[in-house]
Amino acid sequence: MESKQSQTVPWKQVQKGILKKQVTAMTEEGNIQASTRIKLLLVDDEEGFVNVIANRMSKRGIDATKALSGTDALKALRGQDFDVAVVDLKMQEMDGIELLRILKKMVPEMPVIMLTGHGSERAEEEGMEYGAFDYLTKPCELDELMQKIREALPRGR
Amino acid sequence: MHHTRSDDTDHRTALKRNVLSWSVFVAITPMILVSCIILYQYRISYHQRVNSHLEELINKHKQNIDTFLRERLGNIQDLARNFAFEQMSQEAFLQERLNILQRSYGPVFVDLGVINSKGVQVAYAGPFKLGHARYSDADWFQKVMENKSEYYKSDVFLGLRGVPHFIIAVKITSEGETWIVRATIDFVSFNTLVEKIRVGETGFAFILNKDGRFQTHAVHDVKPDKSPYSDFLNYNDEEKKHIHILERTDDSGNMNIYVAAFLKHGDWLLVYQQKASEAFFDYRRTVNVAVVIIMLGCLLILSTAILLSNKLVRLLARIDREKQMMNEQIVETGKLASIGELAAGIAHEINNPVAIMVGEAGWIEDLLEEEEFQASENLKEFRRSLKQIHIQGKRCKEITHKLLSFARKTGSRPQDINVNELMEELIALSAQRAKFSNVAIVTDFKDDIPSICVSQSELQQVFLNLINNALDAMEKDGGQIRISTKTEGNHVVVVVADNGPGIPSANLNRIFDPFFTSKPVGKGTGLGLSICYGIIKKMKGDIEVQSTTGAGTTFLVKIPLPED
Ligand SMILES: Nc1ncnc2c1ncn2[C@@H]1O[C@H](COP(=O)(O)OP(=O)(O)OP(=O)(O)O)[C@@H](O)[C@H]1O
Ligand SMILES: [Mg+2]
Repeated sequence: MESKQSQTVPWKQVQKGILKKQVTAMTEEGNIQASTRIKLLLVDDEEGFVNVIANRMSKRGIDATKALSGTDALKALRGQDFDVAVVDLKMQEMDGIELLRILKKMVPEMPVIMLTGHGSERAEEEGMEYGAFDYLTKPCELDELMQKIREALPRGR
Repeated sequence: MHHTRSDDTDHRTALKRNVLSWSVFVAITPMILVSCIILYQYRISYHQRVNSHLEELINKHKQNIDTFLRERLGNIQDLARNFAFEQMSQEAFLQERLNILQRSYGPVFVDLGVINSKGVQVAYAGPFKLGHARYSDADWFQKVMENKSEYYKSDVFLGLRGVPHFIIAVKITSEGETWIVRATIDFVSFNTLVEKIRVGETGFAFILNKDGRFQTHAVHDVKPDKSPYSDFLNYNDEEKKHIHILERTDDSGNMNIYVAAFLKHGDWLLVYQQKASEAFFDYRRTVNVAVVIIMLGCLLILSTAILLSNKLVRLLARIDREKQMMNEQIVETGKLASIGELAAGIAHEINNPVAIMVGEAGWIEDLLEEEEFQASENLKEFRRSLKQIHIQGKRCKEITHKLLSFARKTGSRPQDINVNELMEELIALSAQRAKFSNVAIVTDFKDDIPSICVSQSELQQVFLNLINNALDAMEKDGGQIRISTKTEGNHVVVVVADNGPGIPSANLNRIFDPFFTSKPVGKGTGLGLSICYGIIKKMKGDIEVQSTTGAGTTFLVKIPLPED
């Protein structure tokens, strides 16, 4: 965690400011322990969406690294390992499927959860073929996403 | 493209008239033409046959009569030549001769007389008291005396005795003496000769002399001074040698056939006449039968033509209707496609902001869990408000999802699907809600249904929509949904029937329209059935609805089996 990405700045603010007592709070809530915080790579070109998801996840024991594009995501990967990635299928520059293929080549052991639009079963099928762990239709509830992430992580984590 | 109904109807009536008149014309004309020609030929040959038959008949009779006359003349000539005047002028001898003649020829000879050149009858044998009658003034006597020929056959006349008869006179000149043997021919026996010429009921014959007087019993209807008799009588010598056949209408309007032959070297006219209706009876009957057959034929042709033209026009009307429907459908589909694209675009764009909004609301919720807010008076109100944002967000999601389904072009890849299994899954999925609405779902699946090759997610959506609609309809009062599957020809048929409130007939042809809904605002988007319709049409299948208000609604979905 020596070189944090610029995108994680809001998280820092959050940590410093509002959420000082987060660790206790989370243990109370039965969430994941602070010492074993999950490292998540969140890739979506919709900034507002990434921000709010990242904020809410931080309260639930997940450190989300935000990437607004495929290239950002690949950059982030160079610095650190992630436990799991959540990738939006529909992005401007590099689309989700392409990113998924690259991710699966670079870090095949990292599970990838896809976010898709409704009615894009073809893309979903394709994603599953390229080795995605599962998919979720946007807009999705945070709880659903948390559930999927938990499923995606290897047992014991 | 848009023309009015009455235009079409006018056009079709005109077409029908054309087809009808042409087919009738084309069929009937040759039939009538051929029939007429055949009948005409038949008429000619039949007339020829009848005419030649009559000609033969009359010729035979003419010869008969002529022979009769010639023979009777011969009898008298023999008499005059073989016996001398002295012998002949003895009445006893004469009587003996008469007896001999009467014995061999019957009562043909009435009497015999011998007249000297002065016109005095010197001997007489016969029933009348004609003793020494004087004939010097009699017409026939003068004719015989001045006549160059040796004999004379008179016309029928009354004479001294006042009874119709005619005479045969033979003039003999020997030893410078001229005398005459005269015989009276019985009118009755001559008459029977003619009157026995009877054919059928209306055919009869009679004889007229040059002046048009009857030489046989007078016939009431016959006016000898009128045509055609007068025409016959005016014939010249050459014409008199032949037999003539004529057809004329008489005064009473009957068509008659007349056969004329001349006897006695043109002195007498033998006329045979018969009603044409009788003479040509067979012909008439044949014509009548033919006419009846032709009429029946015409009737048959006419009715067939009417039937066919009606059928044709009905067919055309149906084709027109179908074409129009197809046009409308094409327009409709085009509209739908563009509406769909627009809707999908909007849905997609709205999805992200909504997701962020809901997310931020969630974030606020998270933050409210902080201690510093727990004391706030408005905490409860915050929570309620945030929950509302969540609920409305979900609603937005539902709407956008439906819009996207409606617009989407492809679902999951087609794969082999067992319809029964798919329906079982869907029923399991709906079981909770059905129980809640007090609705029983019963199934009637045929076992041996072949799999179909379609997109599973699309097919699921279709039947989920149908089941949901039925559940929606029966939410209040409960009821039953009956789902059955079967194969019909090369289609798999799935029927989803409920016994809910049904659909009013006014709505029935609108339920597949996008955004048509009878549900309250916020409850239904009206896209469910139009999505079903789009999906089933894309599968080249069919979806039909039957509904009776108060009795229930039945949706019938047909999906084609894969062609291998
Ligand atoms: N089984 C049924 N019984 C009675 N009415 C029906 C039934 N199915 C459909 N309808 C009528 O057809 C209308 C259109 O149905 P459709 O599924 O297209 O839209 P909806 O159900 O109103 O909305 P949505 O499906 O988006 O929730 C319904 O509003 C309802 O009036
Ligand atoms: Mg519906």
